[in-house]
Amino acid sequence: MLKLSSNPVANTAFKLAVTAVIMFAFVFVVMVPLYNVLCDVLGINGKTNGQAYTAVEARVDESRTVTVQFIATNNAGMPWQFSPTKTAMKVHPGAVNDTVFFAHNPKPEAMIGQAIPSISPSRAANYFHKTECFCFNQQPLDGGTSAELPLQFIVDQDLPRDIGTITLSYTIFDVTDMASEALAAR
Amino acid sequence: MDDHHHGPAKGISRWLFTTNHKDIGTMYLWFSFSMFLLGGFFAMIIRAELFQPGMQLIEPAFFNQMTTLHGLIMVFGAIMPSFVGLANWLIPMMIGAPDMALPRMNNWSFWILPPAFLLLASTLFMEGGAPAAGWTFYAPLSTTYAGPSVTYFIFCIHVLGLSSIMGSINIIATVMNMRAPGMTYMKMPLFVWTWLITAFLLVAVMPVLAGAVTMMLMDVHFGTSFFSAAGGGDPVLFQHIFWFFGHPEVYIIILPAFGVVSQIIPAFSRKPLFGYDSMVYATASIAFLSFIVWAHHMYTVGMPIAGELFFMYATMLIAVPTGVKVFNWISTMWRGALSFETPMLFSIGFLVLFTIGGFTGLMLSIAPADFQYHDSYFVVAHFHYVMVAGAVFSMTAAIYFWLPKWCGRMYNETMGKTHFWISFIGFNLTFFPQHFVGLAGMPRRIPDYALQFADFNMMSSIGAFVYGASQILFLYNVIATIVAGEPVSDEKVWDGAEGLEWTLPTPVPYHTFETPPVVR
Repeated sequence: MLKLSSNPVANTAFKLAVTAVIMFAFVFVVMVPLYNVLCDVLGINGKTNGQAYTAVEARVDESRTVTVQFIATNNAGMPWQFSPTKTAMKVHPGAVNDTVFFAHNPKPEAMIGQAIPSISPSRAANYFHKTECFCFNQQPLDGGTSAELPLQFIVDQDLPRDIGTITLSYTIFDVTDMASEALAAR
Repeated sequence: MDDHHHGPAKGISRWLFTTNHKDIGTMYLWFSFSMFLLGGFFAMIIRAELFQPGMQLIEPAFFNQMTTLHGLIMVFGAIMPSFVGLANWLIPMMIGAPDMALPRMNNWSFWILPPAFLLLASTLFMEGGAPAAGWTFYAPLSTTYAGPSVTYFIFCIHVLGLSSIMGSINIIATVMNMRAPGMTYMKMPLFVWTWLITAFLLVAVMPVLAGAVTMMLMDVHFGTSFFSAAGGGDPVLFQHIFWFFGHPEVYIIILPAFGVVSQIIPAFSRKPLFGYDSMVYATASIAFLSFIVWAHHMYTVGMPIAGELFFMYATMLIAVPTGVKVFNWISTMWRGALSFETPMLFSIGFLVLFTIGGFTGLMLSIAPADFQYHDSYFVVAHFHYVMVAGAVFSMTAAIYFWLPKWCGRMYNETMGKTHFWISFIGFNLTFFPQHFVGLAGMPRRIPDYALQFADFNMMSSIGAFVYGASQILFLYNVIATIVAGEPVSDEKVWDGAEGLEWTLPTPVPYHTFETPPVVR
């Protein structure tokens, strides 16, 4: 560190400049990671885990039925047809459930899509486990082709009693440019 | 140091190379006033379009550019630099210092401002137009969907942030190191106190804004995904970062205004400020609370109930120190020998209208109610009551109060009072009806509206034109004062004024307090 004790003004100014630099770094190294950690831990903002869940204990609670609704949305400019094959399922907590989403690329050229999930109510996010999901990876589709995108999930037995319906919403984004840039960089 | 006792240099180089706090203060004030007129001109375009329902004058895309530039220029170009200018003029004279602590940096922090705003204004002539995502420039509207002007905008924010940080460092270094002997912290005029705290806020949060726009820059040009959901980022993160800057920013704007009013009200009440210590502590409390309330701007993004409640209660808590201030000002006036010259009129106008803005702020702080008010004209009315009637009224009061001291000439009192009453009526005619249309559901930032809002919007527009025109009168009065005002030679221009700056000769010489005064 600079020796500044001889000039109190320079000393003050230096300390303040360091504070400003620290605050700038604070945004990148504290605020962004902290936000993501908080969203993950608290399940706020409807964010679900990006990784596959490994079932810990397969006890199916047949006394209870939960409705799971599926919504598919296209982000602006995304031309794909993208929809759930079933819009709602009645499931028992603890049971493993399968469903598929349908995607079709109407464009002549190959494209890459990325689905981003969101759970509503956000309180349910931590009780909705995906053991397999197309959203874990980017989805390449050749021009004019279709695909069935699988989803396997478990609703946790500990889901709060007052939640009877969970809505899982996917928004599909066109990441063709982003993904091809990443490929080119590799 | 050889030119220490010389007067100002001649010609343009005086202004380009000056390190004199008075020259730099003057430049800040003129620059901010020209930005005030430019931002005001944009507001007139907005109000002209909203004069009647339907699309009359401008395209919706241009309307968006106008709302965006109006907000950016008023906040960063008009209000903030005007108070920095006032700080430059007054802080050294109030604490008995010969100049600011870092005079060369002072020159630089002013002179990087005009190019930054020139850059911002130049985007109007770009293909795709100026930034149009609102002054809050939420991602992805300001990233994915922005035109090429966004890069210019980001650079402008970086430069003006740098300017603010340098200005703040200068103010803190001055106040902490250059007070006259005997001028303890608790003897400093309240304007110095509020600016000291404001400067700390600026040093803490302007880098956060710089961080936010840097992330935008990286998202736009370098393929990162801080705010892009497709790449695993989150647009809501932008709002958190922005308002972590943005809420302290609100107090950065209003705290110096509190300081100004705390100087003026005692002078025209001929009584010392009531509750000086509590004023200092209230200012510090407001500054602290400003860091933990940011999410009240974003109740509707889907926060957990615990978050909504925390931010709601923390926000309501701010009403306590703010209330302390309002009651202190009223108590200062209580049984004072009041007189109502223009600076006092603007200060009382501030007191009344800022309190109204504070109350609507309390209404907005109630999370469940905010879901209806959010992004409506009620919000527009609220923040114009605190920004215009708060910051701009107090700034106007400050100019009327100190201008005679600075230039040794008295402004025209009749014209000043006329300016006040036209401003006061014009302002209220503009913004009071906006409470009603907002509560009835008129959304902000939209160039058209439903027919039932037509009458109130016409009133708003007429009020805005009146308020805008009154500023021309102000400009004329200021120029007329400087050029040919009635000379004053009393050291105390106002008989009730207290403080070191009033012990100096009138007009204030180019160099002051070369030997520090002794404060008892």
